[in-house]
Amino acid sequence: MNPPSRRLRLALVVTAVLLLAGGSLGYVLHARHRERPPAQQADASFGALEPGLYFRDTAGGRIARQGGPGLPRVTGGPSCDRFHTAGGHALCLRKLPGVPARTEALVLDRRLREVRKVTVPGIPNRARVSASGQILSWTTFTTGDSYNTAAFSTRTAILDLRTGYLVKSIEQIPLTLDGARHHDSDVNYWGVTFAADDNRFYATVSTRGATHLVEGDLRAWSAKALRENAECPSLSPDGARVAFKKKVSDDPRAPWRLYVLDLATMREHPLAEPHSVDDQAAWLDDATLAYALPGQDGRASDIWSTPADGTGEPALLVPGGSSPADVD
Amino acid sequence: MYLAANGRPDAPPRPPGVRRRVPAAVLALGTVSLVTDISSEMVTAVLPLYLVLGLGLTPLQFGFLDGMFNGATALVRLLGGRLADRGGHHKRVAGAGYLLSALSRLGLLLAGGATAGIAAALAADRLGKGVRTAPRDALISLSGPPESLGRSFGVHRAMDTTGALLGPLAAFAVLWATADAYDAVFAVSFSIGLLGVLLLVAYVPAAPGPAAPGPAPAPAPPPRRPVLRDPVFRRVLYASALLGATTIGDAFLYLLLLRELDLPPALFTLLPLGAAAVYLLLAVPAGRLADRTGRRTAFLLGHCALLGAYALLLAPVRVPTVVGVLALLGIFYAATDGVLMALAAPALPAAGRAGGLAVLQTGQALARLLGAAGFGAAWTLWGQRPALWAAALALAGALAAASRILPAAPAAPAAPQEVP
Repeated sequence: MNPPSRRLRLALVVTAVLLLAGGSLGYVLHARHRERPPAQQADASFGALEPGLYFRDTAGGRIARQGGPGLPRVTGGPSCDRFHTAGGHALCLRKLPGVPARTEALVLDRRLREVRKVTVPGIPNRARVSASGQILSWTTFTTGDSYNTAAFSTRTAILDLRTGYLVKSIEQIPLTLDGARHHDSDVNYWGVTFAADDNRFYATVSTRGATHLVEGDLRAWSAKALRENAECPSLSPDGARVAFKKKVSDDPRAPWRLYVLDLATMREHPLAEPHSVDDQAAWLDDATLAYALPGQDGRASDIWSTPADGTGEPALLVPGGSSPADVD
Repeated sequence: MYLAANGRPDAPPRPPGVRRRVPAAVLALGTVSLVTDISSEMVTAVLPLYLVLGLGLTPLQFGFLDGMFNGATALVRLLGGRLADRGGHHKRVAGAGYLLSALSRLGLLLAGGATAGIAAALAADRLGKGVRTAPRDALISLSGPPESLGRSFGVHRAMDTTGALLGPLAAFAVLWATADAYDAVFAVSFSIGLLGVLLLVAYVPAAPGPAAPGPAPAPAPPPRRPVLRDPVFRRVLYASALLGATTIGDAFLYLLLLRELDLPPALFTLLPLGAAAVYLLLAVPAGRLADRTGRRTAFLLGHCALLGAYALLLAPVRVPTVVGVLALLGIFYAATDGVLMALAAPALPAAGRAGGLAVLQTGQALARLLGAAGFGAAWTLWGQRPALWAAALALAGALAAASRILPAAPAAPAAPQEVP
């Protein structure tokens, strides 16, 4: 290697390093300034949970309210990634920036002021408030619990506002599966829904490759599996039925359909929605369900509603929304 | 060119103990790997978060995307080896692989939210990774004297691991600086990947081998099915596949550590760093030791370290167990990963080396996949402790068999005897 060519090569490499480093730095600086506005609190004018349909507005990530069909949408709630409200309390899950992923679970009162804040690991996934507003539950996705580092596992917490008692992960709840006490390292819970007595609850448990609908008892601190292949349950206001998503296909692009299970007869029927729904449905009343679907026309997601008895047709309820919750 | 890099057999023997220079080509390839690994590990570290959080894919969909291409890489690797052997285009084939992986970051950046675009970008990355590995290892093995191959691979693997450790740090730094702008991570990763290609083009010699620079002799066509015919290479292949099939996979070891000792799950992401650090520290010394005492011994002892890790897990004693298992795992990798290449390379003709190494790597990878799957099944059927006992017994058996299968001196014809 003769010296001039070696020097030339070095000069070329140094130039390239400078160019690439400059380009990278420029991109990072650009991304830094372009980023979305920081998480916002609710505007003062928005500060009360008036009757209406509450949801997350996908345009700005803030909570909005729609008073009724045809009425204008009022935006001005807090920024949340997942939201639910009932009984005068609201639960707002917010992903915190940075790595590893962490989620802030904000408990808000009727005026949407912060009552309590819990920070948990993971990405926001499900949020539920019991009808009385006293018991709350949330689920986050976490990475790294599984033997396959790329796989996700879930962590579900339950907070009792009456006592202030917080269970950060309900994974250790004694679980009965097929009549026997079940122990395994791969037990994952998600999507809790509460009964009106603030004690009974339903949730999904996944273990050994199958998902089960479980019925839990908060006071007795126990849970038993009711049936297989039922995820993200949502108990009807009358407490008689559970809406859930059922895995009907191995196609990862469209695995689920919405079903409703009658708890008295344990019979299930599919709903009219033909698309794959990956959401914990919300009951607008005893006859109607609302849920999020991937949005049309470039929107991140839309809220649809469909009759709970399997008849009728789905209707677009809120374009550009997710996390529906009805307040009467 | 440095004399020492050529390993000329007529060079005067150096007194033992004197530190010899690592071939410049190996250092260059090590630097390329270091830079490239920073680039690729940056993406690996943030991809799950990006797909699920940024794009709203369900974990199920993510798992599908992630697993989709894993099987194909084995075949691509064989193809890369074959291509490199044909006409001795190691540098060109490896460079194409590095370039493809670098460009795949650009694909991620441009794909936006389109799942098909992301799938294509991931496929391109895997394709690049599969194509470049065998020619690169062949280049390393052809760049130095056969008697110091262990050290050469040790140096390369140490640099490679350094990059793998730095990658996630760089990615997290970018995420912190930009409040979760994943596209910035891809942009930076692309720049770093491109730099890796550039370094390869500028500093890795095109025609490797002990021959002096100058017009290279017309490369011999790769012999027909040469590799599997060679009895010495075949033995190395069988032994490594047998041992690979009794390897349960690091992730299982980390999981066992967490479960047995009831450690916080957040540690899961840190445990691999511990093992990688030990690997990084020991890769060069282990390679040197392998050169001196025999690579066969080092390879077997490395697996003994893995057996020791299993044994430690069967008799848990809190914190020392964690440290011990991580250290043993690091030793295992230091004494086997590069050493296996150094063990097999001299048995392969230069013209069929990339292809041969590809066969060996693919065989080992498939065997390990089988081993991990088998262990997973055993865990589900019998529970973790019986499964671990079974794994330990299987590994012990495989070690006994491998010590009979492995040839005593695979490099015998080429290596000059330094024993007085």
